[in-house]
Amino acid sequence: MKRFIIKEFLHIFRDIRSMVILFGMPVAQVLLFGFAISNEVRDVHVAIVDPSHDVITNAIVQKMFASGYFLPGGELSSSSEIEESFRQGKNKMVVVFSNDFATRFQRGEKPSVQLIADASDPNTANLLVSYAGNIIQNYSRQLIIAPNVPVVNPETRMLYNPALKSVYMFVPGIITVLLMLVSAMMTSISIAREKELGTMEVLLVSPLKPFHIVAGKVMPYVLLSFINALSILALSYTVFGVPVNGSLLLLLAESILFILLALSLGIFISTISNNQQTAMMLSMFALMLPTILLSGFIFPVENMPLPLQIFSTLMPPRWFIIIVKSIMLKGTGIAYFWKETLILIVMTIVFIVASVKKFKIRLS
Amino acid sequence: MRIIFYIVQKEFLQVFRNRMMLPIIFVIPIVQLLILSFAVTFEIKNINLYISDGDHSVASRRLTEHFRSSPFYRITGEGSTASGLDLVQKGKVHQIIEILPGFGKKLETGLPADILIVNDAINGSAAALMNAYTLQIVNEYNAGIVASFNDIQQPAATVNWSFWFNPQLDYKTYMVPGILVLLVTIIGMFLAGMNVVREKEIGTIEQINVTPIRKYQFIAGKLIPFWIIALFELAVGLIVAKFAFHIPILGNIFLIFLIASVYLLVVMSIGLFLSTVTNTQQQSMFLAWFILVIFILMSGLFTPVESMPRWARTVNVVNPIAYFIAMIRMIMLKGSGFQNIANSLAILSGYGVAILSLAVWRYRKTT
Repeated sequence: MKRFIIKEFLHIFRDIRSMVILFGMPVAQVLLFGFAISNEVRDVHVAIVDPSHDVITNAIVQKMFASGYFLPGGELSSSSEIEESFRQGKNKMVVVFSNDFATRFQRGEKPSVQLIADASDPNTANLLVSYAGNIIQNYSRQLIIAPNVPVVNPETRMLYNPALKSVYMFVPGIITVLLMLVSAMMTSISIAREKELGTMEVLLVSPLKPFHIVAGKVMPYVLLSFINALSILALSYTVFGVPVNGSLLLLLAESILFILLALSLGIFISTISNNQQTAMMLSMFALMLPTILLSGFIFPVENMPLPLQIFSTLMPPRWFIIIVKSIMLKGTGIAYFWKETLILIVMTIVFIVASVKKFKIRLS
Repeated sequence: MRIIFYIVQKEFLQVFRNRMMLPIIFVIPIVQLLILSFAVTFEIKNINLYISDGDHSVASRRLTEHFRSSPFYRITGEGSTASGLDLVQKGKVHQIIEILPGFGKKLETGLPADILIVNDAINGSAAALMNAYTLQIVNEYNAGIVASFNDIQQPAATVNWSFWFNPQLDYKTYMVPGILVLLVTIIGMFLAGMNVVREKEIGTIEQINVTPIRKYQFIAGKLIPFWIIALFELAVGLIVAKFAFHIPILGNIFLIFLIASVYLLVVMSIGLFLSTVTNTQQQSMFLAWFILVIFILMSGLFTPVESMPRWARTVNVVNPIAYFIAMIRMIMLKGSGFQNIANSLAILSGYGVAILSLAVWRYRKTT
């Protein structure tokens, strides 16, 4: 048994290329998410249609470009050029001022500012319009606000992530996706590989019990995934300052639970696929996209339609992401997520039982 | 030519007789398109709001009423701030509005009154949007107060907006073309590349190597079947997009297929190139997966490309997925024509030729 595990370790660790990828992947992803990818809206090109060019419109335009959200995308001479400008794809919004803006403003005629957004990307369009709308309204209120009028002063506090960094949102997601994919995909493929190359038969006629074979196969991946989880945590803490507010020990324990779950899922996939390609496509299609999309990694689950919310409860990553966020960012203890933990344990047991039932000692 | 035809025929036979692979290639992607497209939305609908009203005056109740009548908010609880914070920790509440005692009195006596808005900001961009909505409602409330104090019409500007190409701000319209690209990519990049390395791993490639089949014939024979399968999948996906999701296809459909053909050439060549530098399926899959994940994340599929720093946008020059997603969205949703995308298409074509030649050059008939 011990020898068998050693053999598996050697198999995996002597393949330098795969090793580099396995350990390089989490590093690359955390760096990408931290430095490059965010769903904040910044530096978006905005074109202006301003027939009057007066004090007020100039001030509004200046205010907008000073906000950091917008970059000047040129001036259009009339509204008819807007569509072509969107088609070329550079500008995402056009601000159209009405004629004689300042004069009509002073007369109290409420001149209009029209914000036309390219909503082929609805999220960006929505954000752009609400940012620009707030800037314009605040400015026009500054011009008119009469003293001695009582108003409500809202004061805002952002919990857990005061600087609104996207990396806070993504780190728990990356840990989950990587653990899921490394553990499940690797095991399913390595077992399917033995089947495809015919070496599985050699193992099956050996005195090793099926349980030992499977345990020996997954052992190296447990270690690998665990090291990956640690390196993501270390990197996100040192480079991006993402804290672990709760108990680190608890976080690691939950990670091991999740790794076990992913491994048992991987074994299950390998028992139902006949070669590496099938195992890979299954874990790719059945795991990767749902893990990224249905788990709350990028898209909040609450916003999905109800049937999908129900469907997503079957996704192990969904529960694990809640746990990681609670421990890392909210700093809460097990009392807040014992239900999620229990769900993960039950899922693990189900997959193990299912694969033991499916595992055949004889090959076709 | 006949030789290529025979290899293509062989590949098709191999794909179609594998009963496990058929549903994976043809059914799962479509099912995913149908299901996942509903999942991807940044739209904020149900903000779970908790109100901590320490004042209980007419004014504070009127403010609460503003939130109650907004379709974006769902008031999930009222009570003390402490119990609200506990609900935030449990993940049941997204936002707390705390109205301090004396709120109504201050407003009556003409003093500004404070409220505190507390957001669960783990998802930073959602928190920003949530906060913007709330500020808008507070602004409306303020406007009501100002109006009641001054009867004279104040000068002001009206801001109105319109959303072009997608007036309902339907996120599916945006995502379906993107997910379609993703599915086609996975088929193209993985099936073709893995196929060659599989022959290597099992050893059947030697049998082909000793035949008089030329390098280019072998590679063409390997690429064409998956090229056809991926284009077929794209066609089915477009039909689903059109009839199940009612996604507009404003531009020319042949233009989409033209781009897809070029694009597939690029990703399949990448897969093929990877298969020439690896020995086992596991290795080539790893490599392909690593590259694919980075390409997807940087492609603008989920997050806007504009929000990336300059260096990342420069890196995107070699990201075929970014080109294809940008182009397919422009054609389908905005009806952009050939001259709008000619540049990107030219780059993609050059890219395809380069990487394909690299793969052919790297492929050796000796092992």
